[in-house]
Amino acid sequence: MRTIDVNLVREAVAELCQKANYELPEDFVAALRTAREKEVSAQGRRVLTLLDQNQAEARKVQMPTCQDTGFVLVFVNVGQEVHLIGGDLYQAINAGVGEGYRSGYLRPSIVQDPLFNRANTGDNTPAVIHTRLVPGDQLTLQVLVKGAGSENCTRLAMLTPAQGILALKAFVVETVKLAGPNACPPLVVCVGVGGTADRALLLAKEASLRSVGAPHPEPLVAELEQELLELVNATGIGPQGYGGRTTALACHIERAATHIASLPVAVNLQCHAVRHQEISL
Amino acid sequence: MSEIETGETRALQLPLTDEVIKSLRAGDMVEISGIMYTGRDAAHLRFKQALERGESLPVELAGQLIYYVGPSPARPGTVIGAAGPTTASRMDIYTPQLLALGLKAMIGKGRRSEAVQKALQQYTAVYFGAVGGLGILLSHSIKKAEVVAYPDLGPEAVFRLTVENFPAIVLNDCYGGDLYTQTAQEWALPAS
Repeated sequence: MRTIDVNLVREAVAELCQKANYELPEDFVAALRTAREKEVSAQGRRVLTLLDQNQAEARKVQMPTCQDTGFVLVFVNVGQEVHLIGGDLYQAINAGVGEGYRSGYLRPSIVQDPLFNRANTGDNTPAVIHTRLVPGDQLTLQVLVKGAGSENCTRLAMLTPAQGILALKAFVVETVKLAGPNACPPLVVCVGVGGTADRALLLAKEASLRSVGAPHPEPLVAELEQELLELVNATGIGPQGYGGRTTALACHIERAATHIASLPVAVNLQCHAVRHQEISL
Repeated sequence: MSEIETGETRALQLPLTDEVIKSLRAGDMVEISGIMYTGRDAAHLRFKQALERGESLPVELAGQLIYYVGPSPARPGTVIGAAGPTTASRMDIYTPQLLALGLKAMIGKGRRSEAVQKALQQYTAVYFGAVGGLGILLSHSIKKAEVVAYPDLGPEAVFRLTVENFPAIVLNDCYGGDLYTQTAQEWALPAS
């Protein structure tokens, strides 16, 4: 049994929120630069160059790359041998989000009541928290910051097994086309396949935590990811929708077991502000 | 702003005259200077409610430009935080009414509805795009920012911005031209 004080979690979450907003991951930056070298559209190259300059400047001055500093999602993997002390884990996480956003000059973008009184909570809380029990004595925190421009383009299809992979491809491409410039391409197209409807959506979200463009370990999935990426880039939407070959930098697919009657497919588009950071305590 | 050749960039001074608006075409690159106002979802809802009650708007929009942005807070000693555009389509439902009142231009990102595109033609107005997610670089063009209405809305308050050489591109002109439609036709590959 290992004891972890939730105040450590609070401090870590505050730091991760700021770092995620100020410093886009190296793998994303590398993918952006590779795409810029390959892009044949002048407008596309211009946009990709500007995005690289913008992320470099944000890192330097420790300011958020994008004014939509997003909805905070925290994925917590708690080792079964961890004993949490010092208070409520979820309160600690939300306190960390509030501290990180207030002291980091990050925009509060959350309203407490979606329907009747859309008043801003003022510190970007509450976060969406997903907790999972895992073997061991570590506690891992993954903070994902998600902007609404791309999140609003999310779609779910409850396909039938007979429709299969062909329909999945069509649905993914259709989703990217419907989103077009609104989702802020170049995208990471995140696809969750299987489970129930809710599970498929969560898988798609988890797919955005992967290193950009790191192929899936299973060759069949990796092949489908590559094929989807080519289909998406054939749309010509391009960076910011100004035309070009780089509509997406990568496609990530995550799968789960599903029902004999089901083929759920969720598409969660990640805009070019790829923002996630993690730590193990 | 960039070493890449994408055509000439034209300097525009706010407020825009009809003559200038009529000279703009989808795809034109511009740099905008002058005074503009911010406004996004919550401010637009309040505009609509004020008009329904027969009240005047807290800022005179006739002849003006609205930038769809909710900036992040300014660090001490700076003018504004990150300040890139938000998705314009969420404002589509409010826009024709504002154009009828004399609003002349908007900056945002993403597609506009057919109703908005028609209203741009009817009222001789223009919709510009700024690069989404370019929060820091775009903030460098903003020289002054002051809240002029709805301070309780925080980042969604209406700010008056003084900008210099704010980089944008014409997305929808006053003749029905739409950059996104043009580029999609130009760049789409035949379905594989």
